[in-house]
Amino acid sequence: WRRNHRNTSCVIMSNNMQFMLLFSRQGKLRLQKWYVPLSDKEKKKITRELVQTVLARKPKMCSFLEWRDLKIVYKRYASLYFCCAIEDQDNELITLEIIHRYVELLDKYFGSVCELDIIFNFEKAYFILDEFLLGGEAQETSKKNVLKAIEQADLLQEVRYVIKPPWEQ
Amino acid sequence: MSDVVEKTLTALPSLLSLDSHPGSAKLSSTSKLGNLIRGITELTSKHEEEKLIQHELLAIKEQVSSPNTTMRQMKELMVRSIYCEMLGYEASFSYIHAIKLAQQGTVLEKRVGYLAVSLFLNESHELLLLLVNTVLKDLQSTNLIEVCMALTVVSQMFPKDMIPAILPLVEEKLNHPKEIIRRKAVLALYKFYLIAPNQVQHIHNKFRKALCDKDPGVMTASLHIYLQMIQENPEAYKDLTPSFVTILKQVVGGKLPMDFNYHTVPAPWLQIQLLRILSLLGKNDQSTSEVMYEVLDESLQRAEMNHNITYAILYECVKCIYTIHPKSDLLEKAAKCIGNFVLSPKINLKYLGLKALTYVVQQDPKLALQHQMTIIECLDHPDLIIKRETLELLFRITNGQNVTVIVEKMLEFLCISEDDHTTIDLVGKVAELAEKYPLKYNEWFIETMNTVFSLGGDMMQPDIPNSFLKLLSEGFDSVEEDRKLRLFAVNSYIPLLRGEPGKLPQRFLQVISWVLGEYSHLREDLEPAEVLSLLAKLLDMKNSSSETKSWVLMAMTKLCKGGADASVTQEVSETYSSSLDTVLRQRAHELQYLSQDPELRARVLPRGAKPETLEVDSSLSFLDRFVSEALAAGAAPYKPPHQRQEELDQSKALSLEPYGLSLPISMSSCSITDRQSPTLLSMSSGLSGDTLKLDGIKRVWGREGYLAQREPVEEAAQVEVPSPIQSPGRQGEGDSLHSQTPTQTPTPEPEQEKQQLASSLFVGLASQSSVSLMGKSEPMPQRFRRKAKGQGLGSSFIANEQISSSLISPPSAVDNLLCNNLLDSNNASELAEQTSQLSQSLTTANGTCHAEAELTESDTKGCNPALRRDNCVVAAGPGPHNDPGRLTEVCLDSYLPAELSGLSHSEIAPLCANQSLNLSACHVQKEDSLILVVFIMNSSESAIQQIPAGEVTSYSVAVGQYSLTVKRPAVHVEVVGTVSYQLPAGTSQSLQFSYKVPLTSFIRPFVVSTEEYGTMWLSFSHDTKQNLTLINDNQEPLTATLNALKKKLQLHVVEVIGMEGIVACRLLQDLPCLMHCRVNAGWLAVWLRSPVPDLPDCLIYHCQRALQSL
Repeated sequence: WRRNHRNTSCVIMSNNMQFMLLFSRQGKLRLQKWYVPLSDKEKKKITRELVQTVLARKPKMCSFLEWRDLKIVYKRYASLYFCCAIEDQDNELITLEIIHRYVELLDKYFGSVCELDIIFNFEKAYFILDEFLLGGEAQETSKKNVLKAIEQADLLQEVRYVIKPPWEQ
Repeated sequence: MSDVVEKTLTALPSLLSLDSHPGSAKLSSTSKLGNLIRGITELTSKHEEEKLIQHELLAIKEQVSSPNTTMRQMKELMVRSIYCEMLGYEASFSYIHAIKLAQQGTVLEKRVGYLAVSLFLNESHELLLLLVNTVLKDLQSTNLIEVCMALTVVSQMFPKDMIPAILPLVEEKLNHPKEIIRRKAVLALYKFYLIAPNQVQHIHNKFRKALCDKDPGVMTASLHIYLQMIQENPEAYKDLTPSFVTILKQVVGGKLPMDFNYHTVPAPWLQIQLLRILSLLGKNDQSTSEVMYEVLDESLQRAEMNHNITYAILYECVKCIYTIHPKSDLLEKAAKCIGNFVLSPKINLKYLGLKALTYVVQQDPKLALQHQMTIIECLDHPDLIIKRETLELLFRITNGQNVTVIVEKMLEFLCISEDDHTTIDLVGKVAELAEKYPLKYNEWFIETMNTVFSLGGDMMQPDIPNSFLKLLSEGFDSVEEDRKLRLFAVNSYIPLLRGEPGKLPQRFLQVISWVLGEYSHLREDLEPAEVLSLLAKLLDMKNSSSETKSWVLMAMTKLCKGGADASVTQEVSETYSSSLDTVLRQRAHELQYLSQDPELRARVLPRGAKPETLEVDSSLSFLDRFVSEALAAGAAPYKPPHQRQEELDQSKALSLEPYGLSLPISMSSCSITDRQSPTLLSMSSGLSGDTLKLDGIKRVWGREGYLAQREPVEEAAQVEVPSPIQSPGRQGEGDSLHSQTPTQTPTPEPEQEKQQLASSLFVGLASQSSVSLMGKSEPMPQRFRRKAKGQGLGSSFIANEQISSSLISPPSAVDNLLCNNLLDSNNASELAEQTSQLSQSLTTANGTCHAEAELTESDTKGCNPALRRDNCVVAAGPGPHNDPGRLTEVCLDSYLPAELSGLSHSEIAPLCANQSLNLSACHVQKEDSLILVVFIMNSSESAIQQIPAGEVTSYSVAVGQYSLTVKRPAVHVEVVGTVSYQLPAGTSQSLQFSYKVPLTSFIRPFVVSTEEYGTMWLSFSHDTKQNLTLINDNQEPLTATLNALKKKLQLHVVEVIGMEGIVACRLLQDLPCLMHCRVNAGWLAVWLRSPVPDLPDCLIYHCQRALQSL
């Protein structure tokens, strides 16, 4: 007599994010980060389904979605949708703020970020994400520290460029 | 090079101002990636994109495999590969190059290499092994950035088997001077803990160090690990509660650096993490919960800003308050908080409010009442997710009275939902509710199930049709009702079949066929021939699955009678007797034979037969020989999956307390303070499994919700209270409650319709009357209790006292040797039941006392001892003689019950005392049991009543004896109990005690033959190995040591062969433990095996002790 229904009575919590997707209003994927091992086929299927579902939502609707046995938390910033999957017992609001903090970080880094920044510099966006979330958990919540770490690594680039002989450029 | 980097890094903070725009990151528009991206955006069709990317991938492939490609170019190529993969095109050829780039590139190239690896590969990818060496090298680098990159990649993915290779390096990083390295190291260890907990067992103390790190970031990171570990075993971390509370206090008080603020809220992520940890620690634990009340209160108050983040914290706070041991004023505040959520115009908050409400109504269903109008509105909300969550909430408050309305709402939703997951989930819930209340509404039940079957289709859980058929066939108590129910089912199916059966799902058709086969005869106006032809029609439908067809054939077999029907059946059986499907062929043949032989058919398929219980040899004993032969041939014994899992868990648990040191285990955290009101516990059986321990505090809610005391006076009248229990105390308490009845909160003329809906939805919640709140209508089993009538002057006064104090204070006149039963009490009875029970027990006791000896167990998860007192012998007579005056030197030996006096007993140890009572105890080892003897000595001048034996006159002794058994072994077993008694003045008191028994007292020799030993050895799965010291006192060392152990621990030496010895013992009657000893290099190598987890470990501890004490 066991049936698969949500068991809210048990307090199992890990804010382990399952994945994060960034996609445009046209449904183009801009960034994907998977924190659970899935096959490529599965990933593609999930992405397709989710992009479709989220884009179909109206602006005044709830930022949360039930999808399979997961919770989807999404938010639109200008032309970009940020979309995270968490487990049912997790706190949707804090996930919404994680998205927001990530946008703040991008904004600070790129200087009023726009979709083009992320399209052309997606690896930078990944670096920032990895510095902020590690393995699906908020790693560093201090904005200053995240940016410091990124800029330290970036600075090497500048330094190297300077010391490179001009003919190699 | 790396020195230069180090220097640059340390100079960085001053060089970088955060306001500068690192605009340099903007991409030069001439790069190849830029061209690619632009190229793609200019395209118009998917086909063109595909062509372009394929072309691009070819170019990349060619370049990466060229030996002339520099690492710098490779970096650029990898970025392009990542881009192509993101667009959904496979670039697997570049994976190996990503690893190479991480390996050989300079820091910047490495960074991209690592990024590409983490995006391309997942944990189980075989190429990941090639990364191990690179990670190893980078972890040892003097360049901070390289170390950071290595740790980052390790925290995302690392091959499980290779963890030991890098673990020491990661561990070392916990002491690194840079906090960013320490933080990443902690997170890497967290990852290891998640994928291979056993590998990081030995560094748990280092986690504690991380928790105490001076950098808040490192401390925060360590909480991830703690949350995980505490979730698995809260008991082991109770001691950290004050630390977590202090941290939270500091955070809430704004003591962290401003950097950690998020929109002026101090470290919200950290707060939430801490709240989660606290709720795990405080769950079912009053004393731990008490530590956190203050800080929770503060958190609630501080979080006042109107911002998402504060609501996120509040939500977590509310959940915590409702999870831990309840405190009434906090609960009130939390309830108010939920109200703010639910009433918020912001849809996200409303959703979270509903979710919180869903969580708390399980504790307190009446909270839903306050918000009933909002809930009704949410039910019509245009956003489906809100609707869905509302239904979830309603599901939790369903009871016998509102079930039809709630199910109707769920079915409505099912009709509009398109999501398979939701459908499966909701269909399951509807079926669950329908099956819970089938009797009351026959027709409703069948109709609901019909909808379930047609909507749920073939996606639903297969057990839904099964249990429906089972319900139908087993029936209920009343034959007439059963008949009606079945008839109604038949009546509802016939029109369906006459209509368009092709549209019905297969599962539904199967159900229909079965029901018609069994019960269509109940409808007298229905010719079997017609049913047969309807069924035959199903066979002809082309979308009928062969499974359905075989159900149909079975039904036809039951129905056919020969005669007129013969032609249909004949035709069908002929068609299918040559079917390719073997099952169908079989069924067709059955149909053919049985239709021709009515007698045989009546015997094989008797009509209206009750489902018989089949005898199944589930132990597969007929395979025993085969198994023992295989075992003898050296096969490994079979371990069922759950056991394997258990062992895995155990190995986790073991790591926490290495066995040599596990002595204090038994002084578990379920300390005596938890048991201050044993009688309350026994009375309030409704509080069930996770018994709430309350004293001093008013009891606010039980599993069924608010208890009667908390009800407004108006409602108290509705409570079914047996007439003598009109207590003044109860009435007085109504005022502490905020009004909760819907009718009292005046709503500004809400729509009639909604009101009506509300009243039908929330019916049964308002009163604590006989209807169970959570919809558990079935009678709850009464909790087992034994009553031993005592004599004495308990008097009706005491009885009254008991009643008026109702459930708040424990009835005093009851003796209890009570530990806290966590396992046996899974029942939840209702208040009304409790009260009547209460009065019942009083009448049986006839105004005098009754001694209740409740058998209990303190099985807190983990390694705490579980006690089972299976045979409680309460009340031995008063001592043989009174010896007033010389109480200190009373020889308690003489009070030992006669039947025990011949046996050896432990020293009689004083337990505790107060001015009137002296408690002592000892344990007596009998062959098959261990008896705990408790001596209760009255050291006062006056007689004391209500001790198990009734009255104990001045300076005399009462003796109680209790048989103990062990369920889960621990090094020491602790018995906790309370004696409640009544002084002549009428004041009631209680005295708690605890008594520790070493496990050795439960050990008995186990006489077996060597052969038996051999078979048993193979079948036991829990084992442990250890080297023990040998005794050298002129004798042969092995024999000497074994003899010593035999003497000390009552082991049975089965046989000694050369340098090896085999020994057996058992824990009381059952639970054997085998020991294999071998002399090896001056040590005694001991290998213990047992079917019982922990037993080998506990026993080896005692062996060590025994040999040390020699």
